[in-house]
Amino acid sequence: MTSSSALAITGATKRFGDFVAVDDLSLDVRSGTCLGLLGPNGAGKTTLMRMITGQTGLTSGTVSVLGHDVARESRAARSLLGVCPQQDNMDDQQTARENLALWAALCRVPRSERRQAITRALETAQLTDRANERVTNLSGGMRRRLLLGRAFINSPRLVLLDEPTVGLDPQVRSDLWLIIDSMRRSGVTVVMSTHYIEEAERLADDIAIMNRGRIIARGTPQALRERHAGLEAVEYFGPQDALDEIAAKASGAGLTSRRAGLSISVLGVEKTDPTVLESWGRHVRRPTNLEDVFVLLTGESLDG
Amino acid sequence: MADFDFRSLPAIWTRELIIFKRYWPGTTFTAILEPLIFLFAIGLGVGAFVDEIDGMRYVVFVGTGAVATAVLFSSVFPGMYNTFIARVFQKVYDGILSTPTTTAELMVGEATWVAARTAVYGSVPMVVTIPFGLTPRWGMLLVPLICFVSALGLTFLGQYISGVVKVIDSFSYFQSALLTPLLFVSGTYFPISGLPEWFGTVSNANPVYHCIELVRDACFGTLSWSSWWHAAALVVFAAITGTLSVRIMTRRLIT
Repeated sequence: MTSSSALAITGATKRFGDFVAVDDLSLDVRSGTCLGLLGPNGAGKTTLMRMITGQTGLTSGTVSVLGHDVARESRAARSLLGVCPQQDNMDDQQTARENLALWAALCRVPRSERRQAITRALETAQLTDRANERVTNLSGGMRRRLLLGRAFINSPRLVLLDEPTVGLDPQVRSDLWLIIDSMRRSGVTVVMSTHYIEEAERLADDIAIMNRGRIIARGTPQALRERHAGLEAVEYFGPQDALDEIAAKASGAGLTSRRAGLSISVLGVEKTDPTVLESWGRHVRRPTNLEDVFVLLTGESLDG
Repeated sequence: MADFDFRSLPAIWTRELIIFKRYWPGTTFTAILEPLIFLFAIGLGVGAFVDEIDGMRYVVFVGTGAVATAVLFSSVFPGMYNTFIARVFQKVYDGILSTPTTTAELMVGEATWVAARTAVYGSVPMVVTIPFGLTPRWGMLLVPLICFVSALGLTFLGQYISGVVKVIDSFSYFQSALLTPLLFVSGTYFPISGLPEWFGTVSNANPVYHCIELVRDACFGTLSWSSWWHAAALVVFAAITGTLSVRIMTRRLIT
């Protein structure tokens, strides 16, 4: 761990019986950056998050939050953390303000600063006008915004966002991205798990791709794409046998391809002669993305 | 336990206070009405056939016993239901444990709140019995404290049960096989001395029995060395159930 790490994980392993949820995982997150933990459901992201808060014990390895070893000083670690859980765990019969008041007390916000902290959290969540509404009457998006605001009530140094926009429609999701982005700009360190490519690409400075309890690649979105999938891809649509044929041609030309339902993407085509690609059929050219990287590395899809 | 931080307790009480502010009429209505029904139905109903027990009017005997009924109902049920709902359905405890709070602080915070509330609810039947012939005494001021300590252990017991069961429906086993005997083999409605001798021995393991004996000692001015035995039993019971509760909840909440 370097002095500028907000989070340092070494050789962390968690077994539940025979199942290895997190497998000898090491991770270092620099202060003030946003790390996107990208992986499909069941990759071990939530277990990893719970290890950081001390709610899941380690079978072996160490987790250190801002210099506090979670196994020995989990309370000190948690006092510097803000957590936005994947599963909404607010008291839904309480109002937005009451939920925040409770959180301020639980997070040891000094009594004299609580009122201000609550007001700020309501502003962050854009719920000032709904402050006295019971949580059960808020929409899914509003509840998520409130959860996000709550995670910041104690001015944490490290914030854990576990799938912050899961299950929400695109409009709501982009509202939440604005909030997360403004938090990120305020200088706090963010660790955000997601299985949405776009979310990771837009918000994260740095991506760790996680699969089956391990981190299989790490880097900026740009670097990961360049290293594993090239800059550009072309996508062909058509019947299965036509796609098979294109896969064979791509492989003959030394290019990697990946199938996704009714289409095939041929990756890293930026230096390939366009007329060759034209001769294989009608196609759409697009930049490569993290999904390409993920599929190439694991052979599985992110929605899997 | 060495790491227990008492500063967590006011935060847990804050949550309970918010909930209580919203639901106090319902909670209070039930907690006060049920023991009073027992008091009047049995105290006056059966009292029409039974003149006196141990030299006191039957309604006075039952009135002091109804204190323990109130204590049992208003502590063990919140311990079971509220804890189960918060942990399993609302996942509130998972959230709380991601803040600088431990499982022990959470359970103790919840139990002390319920016990404090029960100190008030438990004393109501006693006050109501005064017009029926219970003579006011200074010792009665100890009754809220007796209710508090008894309720602490019983709330922990409820929390423990809520950690044992997998589904909320399983509570009925505990209600029939554990709570009903606790209530009846305690001396609430009839003296233990009327039962076969071995009941007396068994009832020493029953916190409700110790609660009733201590309440009667306080109300009738019969506090003596044996009262200390009942008090000690209640403290030991709370220590045991508290340990059990924290242990099982830690197993359930920290994976």
